[in-house]
Amino acid sequence: MKKNKRSFGGLGQLTIPVIALALLILFNLVRDLIFIYYLKVPNYVSFFSIELTKNNMENMVLAGNLISIINGASELAILAMGMTLVTAACGGQDISVGAAAAIAGSVFVKVLKSSSSITGVTVAIAFVCACIVAMLFSSFNGTLVAIFKIQPMIATLILYTCGRSIAYWINGGATPTVDSPLITAIGGFIPGIPVPTPVLIVIAVALLFKLIFKFTSLELFTQSVGINGSAARLNGINSTFIKLLSFIILGVCVAFSGSIGVSRLGLINHETLLIDIEMDTILAVAIGGNSLGGGKFKIGGSIIGAYVIQMLTITLYAMKVSSTDVKAYKAIVIILLVVIGSPVVKAKFEKLMSNIRRSGQSISMKGAQ
Amino acid sequence: MKMMKNMRKEPLNDTQLLMSITIGIFIVMYLAAIVFLGGGFLHAQQIFDMLNDNASLIIVSCALTIVMIGGGIDISVGAVTSLVVMSCVLYLNSGGNIIVSILLAIGIGLGFGLVHGFLISYLEIQPFIVTLAGMFFARGMTTILSVNPQKVDHEAFAKLRDMKIEIPFLGYTAKNGNFVPARMELGVVVALVCLIFIFVLLKYIRLGRNFYAMGGNQQSALMLGINVKRTRFLSYILSGLLSGISGYVFMMHTGAGNATNAAGMEMNAIASSIIGGTLLTGGVGNVIGTFFGTLTLTTIKKIVVSSGLNDPWWQSITTGGMLCFFIMLQSVVLGKRAKKKNS
Repeated sequence: MKKNKRSFGGLGQLTIPVIALALLILFNLVRDLIFIYYLKVPNYVSFFSIELTKNNMENMVLAGNLISIINGASELAILAMGMTLVTAACGGQDISVGAAAAIAGSVFVKVLKSSSSITGVTVAIAFVCACIVAMLFSSFNGTLVAIFKIQPMIATLILYTCGRSIAYWINGGATPTVDSPLITAIGGFIPGIPVPTPVLIVIAVALLFKLIFKFTSLELFTQSVGINGSAARLNGINSTFIKLLSFIILGVCVAFSGSIGVSRLGLINHETLLIDIEMDTILAVAIGGNSLGGGKFKIGGSIIGAYVIQMLTITLYAMKVSSTDVKAYKAIVIILLVVIGSPVVKAKFEKLMSNIRRSGQSISMKGAQ
Repeated sequence: MKMMKNMRKEPLNDTQLLMSITIGIFIVMYLAAIVFLGGGFLHAQQIFDMLNDNASLIIVSCALTIVMIGGGIDISVGAVTSLVVMSCVLYLNSGGNIIVSILLAIGIGLGFGLVHGFLISYLEIQPFIVTLAGMFFARGMTTILSVNPQKVDHEAFAKLRDMKIEIPFLGYTAKNGNFVPARMELGVVVALVCLIFIFVLLKYIRLGRNFYAMGGNQQSALMLGINVKRTRFLSYILSGLLSGISGYVFMMHTGAGNATNAAGMEMNAIASSIIGGTLLTGGVGNVIGTFFGTLTLTTIKKIVVSSGLNDPWWQSITTGGMLCFFIMLQSVVLGKRAKKKNS
């Protein structure tokens, strides 16, 4: 263990996501330098430039690639936090988060639409309703996993198959729009604050997790259930309840990201809202260095993982890759990352390093003689 | 006769039990469809239609069954199918010949299988992530090849596509008095050959038995002297190969390449395998069950359509409900058996 820390800078589990983030930043830096000093492209905007501009609502807001990365990854980051917990407790992943978020978003819009005017209270009520519905659906998943002992991926396949159809049914097949400055503020910017609101929500959710872990033993219990469920049960931990709870917490995260997704666009489209996000979420958890087989976890890793994925996408966009082709390049980078992180490659690398060190020592010893 | 006696003495194992439940439910469902909806379900052509439409799904589900029996997962199969379709269509349109296009399909499939197998078994990376990346790569490559739908314009291929096997004695007399023989596409034959091959592989060949041993308990398989890494490697290669074949069969059915081809096929294939009694935990499963799983999934869709519920969301809601039913049933049945064994 000590050896491991020495060769990887003591970051432990966070090594892979931090290395990935650093590599992406380095890549963009090199690209910037080439464009500015070597090719001397006029009016070239650096990848890292952040500027204060006025948006069409006459607010001073921050803009730039970095801001759009942090802003765009908000839903993903929130979902990744919940998914980490489910992964750690159940040793499997929920593949229905995208569909469940579509349901939550539909409920959010439905409640907003049914009130005559949109005020702070109605938004709060709508969010609570979305939360309750999302928690109901995820406790259905959780019941299948915890009580019926079904593999999480299979249990959530049910909701994955029919979730978007339920979302369709909630709003009667229409894609209603919500036009209100309040919703725009949630999805965009609050007047007077230059930071995008979704980012603030991510910070709030992350703090919430931090507080829960600080004042309860949820983190420890989840890890022990994930490492060995029956051993945890023999030690007096209710593993069924912990598994169910992890799914319910994921439900809250789903409601958050569904509502953000709806507010961003101002409309609910059950077909395209947060489409394919389940795969990205699982990827974020894996890039964050968490084992997909359950057990030890770090929420921070998953959050960094989410930003790595978004940064990769934005970098590819900045290189003028079309949005449909991005997937192919993304796949190559993902494979590179997981190969670097694979235990076999790590062990080989360490062996190589120790060989180099030993030969270095023997050379210096010869020199001393 | 002797075998019958032996079989009677041994109680059904998990695989056979789950499979027979599926087959039973399929038969009951089909009979119910005949009784309540009548008409079309009586003709043999109905079954052949289901086979024609789903030949590639059957092949892909078999691939997934193999991987799932070995305790892994491969979610790239649908995307690989789509990539194979697109590249073969483009190759044929540029004036290629049929045999090379078949080799191209198999080559692409094998390539994906090789990379997946190497990364998963020799570098010990989680199969979900590797095949997810494979799925992204294949989908991305498909759109890089062509965003627009492409139709095959190739004489020899058109002949191959339109070749249909007619079975006169299963035909029926249409309302206008013409006799219509039952028609089966060439792809169905390919699918059935694959099915029989995998059935034999899993039942009588050492490699197939090793898949079960590896999925059931990797540690004991290792102690029995099975080369677990190589076995896992081969399971992914087989899955890749079958996805390649499935791509070609898909192209023979549709005759066109489209970036959204086979969208969601991987989840349909996983659902078919599960309904057929394969467990994601590994070690339990059977391709015959998978075959009936695919048919059950298709029958439900047909029933929904022919009972007049034409909204697209009815299909997915009933599919979800049926999945839920099968999953709960399996959990309850297996749970009861486990309790009996322990007591």
